[in-house]
Amino acid sequence: MDDIREAVLEYVIDEYIDEDDDMEVDADTALISSGIVDSFSMVSLKAFLENRYDIRIPDEDATPEAFDTVNSIVRIVEKHSN
Amino acid sequence: MTEGLRAERQGGPRAEHQGGRAAGHLADTTGQREEGELLNIGAICSDRVCARGHADRVALIWEGFGDRKATYTFGDLKVFSNGFAQMLVDQGIAPGDRVCLFMDKIPSLYFAFLGVLKMGGVVQPLFSAFGDESLEVRLASAGTTAILTTRKHVKKVRKILDRLPDLTHVIVVEGDPSKLKDGEVFFDVESAPRVEEFDVYRSGPETPSVLHYTSGTTGQPKGAQHAHDSIWGQALTTSWVLDLKEDDIYWCTADPGWVTGTSYGIIGPWSLGVTQCVLDSGFTSARWYQFIADNHVTVWYSAPTAIRSLMRDGDELVAKYDLSSLRHLASVGEPLNAEAVVWSEKTYGLAFHDTFWQTETGSIMIANYPGMPIKPGSMGKPFPGIAAAVLDLKTYEPLTEPDSVGLIAFRPGWPSMFRAYLNEPAKYASRFVGAADGATPDELRTDTSLWYVSGDRSSVDADGYFWFVGRDDDVINTGGHLVGPFEIESALVEHEAVAEAAAVGKPDAVNMEVVKAFVTLKPGFEPSGDLELSIMNFIRKKLSPLAMPQEIEYKDKLPRTRSGKILRRYLRAIEWGEDVGDLSTLEDD
Repeated sequence: MDDIREAVLEYVIDEYIDEDDDMEVDADTALISSGIVDSFSMVSLKAFLENRYDIRIPDEDATPEAFDTVNSIVRIVEKHSN
Repeated sequence: MTEGLRAERQGGPRAEHQGGRAAGHLADTTGQREEGELLNIGAICSDRVCARGHADRVALIWEGFGDRKATYTFGDLKVFSNGFAQMLVDQGIAPGDRVCLFMDKIPSLYFAFLGVLKMGGVVQPLFSAFGDESLEVRLASAGTTAILTTRKHVKKVRKILDRLPDLTHVIVVEGDPSKLKDGEVFFDVESAPRVEEFDVYRSGPETPSVLHYTSGTTGQPKGAQHAHDSIWGQALTTSWVLDLKEDDIYWCTADPGWVTGTSYGIIGPWSLGVTQCVLDSGFTSARWYQFIADNHVTVWYSAPTAIRSLMRDGDELVAKYDLSSLRHLASVGEPLNAEAVVWSEKTYGLAFHDTFWQTETGSIMIANYPGMPIKPGSMGKPFPGIAAAVLDLKTYEPLTEPDSVGLIAFRPGWPSMFRAYLNEPAKYASRFVGAADGATPDELRTDTSLWYVSGDRSSVDADGYFWFVGRDDDVINTGGHLVGPFEIESALVEHEAVAEAAAVGKPDAVNMEVVKAFVTLKPGFEPSGDLELSIMNFIRKKLSPLAMPQEIEYKDKLPRTRSGKILRRYLRAIEWGEDVGDLSTLEDD
């Protein structure tokens, strides 16, 4: 679980936070509701999770709430990994 | 009826428009306006409301992510827009210069919008999620002189600044001033000296005001230039269609980077002196409902994509919030499906009223009005004074048989009509059916024997209701925003792995359409999930999240005509399960 959290956090920081941005992002930082990741960009985040963990996340589970923090994303990945 | 522009409703803004009054001098047929009053959108939306004794009325209730909240009166609006206007003058910006606003929905965006207009500049708002390439194309096309942005977004400007010789002023309006680079100016209007009075530029009806970029099938986006005269159309439609009254609390959810966010997220409500709310944070249904409940929103103008997302989250969530303040709902951006109308009536006790218009029209053209029976799924009827028809697809003659499908068209001459595609007169002329060769933009927009063709198809039923059918071109309408396939394809082939590309819209339950890309790969590259993700993120950063393909299909070869042109319509038809049509021009395999 910690591995997943670390990998997702790293991806979020690499892809959605500018290099010289002084924003602090951790596993509880709001991503969708804060506007760091918009609803269109959520699609590429979902694609990353599906590729990396070889899972399929159904649209009904890919809600803004479920993708709002790295920790909530980890729960989605775990749910669909089993 | 809102007090602010009662004169226009009674006297008729079209009469004003057609009367050709001298710049800055409007006839006052009812005693509501004074001779010599300025026709300047910036002043009408702030100074004029104050002059009518409403300086203490709340103009803007703003909330950001977290606990950030602020409230501003029309008096504040006047002073802070004056502050931006004076700062721009002090920086040497001249009337007619294009001034880009590139920032999130922070209060300074709204103050600066009015400030640019007050000093005679042309305000060019751009969606803050645009990547550096989308930004560059639009700034280069407009020859933009100054850009107002924030610490968060200035990095994209720095990447392209060397290639934009006209862009001589980079002004950062929020963030840490110590992080600025040489040549950049920091200006925080709320901590700057208050500018109580400003000598507003004496714009006339035809003085350029707002420049919005809109995508087409071919070529790069075009700059649709509007004029100060637009305010009559925007004020009147805000009053009659959105039904705003002076005690309303209004929420337009659109971003001012797009035309709805300026015509109805700034100009319409403030020209009438109405309080409006802005929420600058990401979308979640719970956050939106909380915002309505906290601020007692009465009139809500939103988009089908958001409405369908709210539907998806269900009725149980709605029951947790007190939404009883709502009294009128309207929608724009793409066709509002019948199911959403029925759902909103059942869930909120109020039906969303669909409206239809475009960047080019500047204001609502077809709508479901308050009090009018709604036929769920219909766009409604033309606004009073607007002559609308559907034209035969081949002859361009108006169709008279009910339910026949044709091109939505309008007789030119409404006040908020765009005045030009910046530097592209031939493209402007191409939007008018029946135009004489060499007709000037002024002749085109005032010749009521012509038809302005919208690029959308619909039918009209026996009761005069318009029913949207689809676009007449390859432009992709995703989440209510138009995205040009050419722009996406040009960016796709810049990816190291992509040899050829075609971009089309594919159906989507929430966004109506999303971008799908078909690509062929260069030698040495193989299809994979990682490559797909790489291409998606490449486009997201270069253009915008809206333009990012949500699906990529790898092909060995793209369908082309014998002359070599990629057959997008063939790919699109397959995605939509439609007849692929005449394929006689398809290249032999």
